[in-house]
Amino acid sequence: MRRLLPALAALLICAGATAREAAPLAADEKVEARLIAIAEELRCLVCQNESLVASRADLAMDLKREVREQVRAGKSDAEIRDFMVKRYGDFVLYRPPLKQSTYLLWFGPFALLVTGFAAIAIIVRRRRAVRAGALSAEDEARADALLQKRTDA
Amino acid sequence: MRIALIAGFLALIALLAVGLTRNPREVPSPLVGKPAPAFELPRLGGAERFSPADMRGKVWLLNVWASWCVSCRDEHPVLVDFAKTKRAPLVGLNYKDQRDDALKWLARFGDPYQFSVVDADGRIGIDYGVYGVPETYVIDREGVIRYKQIGPVTPDVLQATILPLIAKLER
Repeated sequence: MRRLLPALAALLICAGATAREAAPLAADEKVEARLIAIAEELRCLVCQNESLVASRADLAMDLKREVREQVRAGKSDAEIRDFMVKRYGDFVLYRPPLKQSTYLLWFGPFALLVTGFAAIAIIVRRRRAVRAGALSAEDEARADALLQKRTDA
Repeated sequence: MRIALIAGFLALIALLAVGLTRNPREVPSPLVGKPAPAFELPRLGGAERFSPADMRGKVWLLNVWASWCVSCRDEHPVLVDFAKTKRAPLVGLNYKDQRDDALKWLARFGDPYQFSVVDADGRIGIDYGVYGVPETYVIDREGVIRYKQIGPVTPDVLQATILPLIAKLER
């Protein structure tokens, strides 16, 4: 026990220290939550496939600081996004806006899907037509007889 | 039917092939064609301040650089040569740098700039949409950004794009 006491005391001190460190973040909880919500939708331009939230790049940190300050200043989400788009273009947005230059991006995949289904439908219909025409009435009867035998046995 | 399928497939391949030749790192700047964002910053190694409005009536270049930026070293000799021709004023925007490092860098490699201004916290860089140093802006007499070079200015870019553009803007 005598040996344990200093250890326990040390533990308590440590616990106190971490609690104190976490305090400033908690005070800004609302701002941080909004920062994360906004920055998740923004692309880090240095490491293009990462969001601003995930990135630790220098520029990403600066942009997060900028977003944080604007949130504190009471700017709306749309205003902050607009601020970024004005400087870095639509590319910063993970959800590109719908406009003429992005039609292909938004509708291209669906167009491709529809084309694919159309191609399948045409191919299937053709094969069916070929198959239906290939059997004469006589063959059909024979086939039926053979099938009947199978199921009987 | 088969021809249509093959044609469609080839078209898709052509589209993807074109996509492969493009550089995804080059993000077209929305600032081209817009007035250069205003700022007022102290000069590097001096007390005077500079604002882009001071350049009204001149076609000029703003080059974003930093002593920690590796590609800036590749670009530097090109800028030094350009400065010797005195074709247009070249202003440096020293981006997120330490004053001493920046001054040492210029002393060591040569100073092509009429002067540099200090953007210590990168805030003006954000206004200019800087995301990869070096970047260079060509700004016209009315203070409108006409061209943005992302990454180092190479002799090719200078000859084929920037110099003709300066000549056109000065006409």
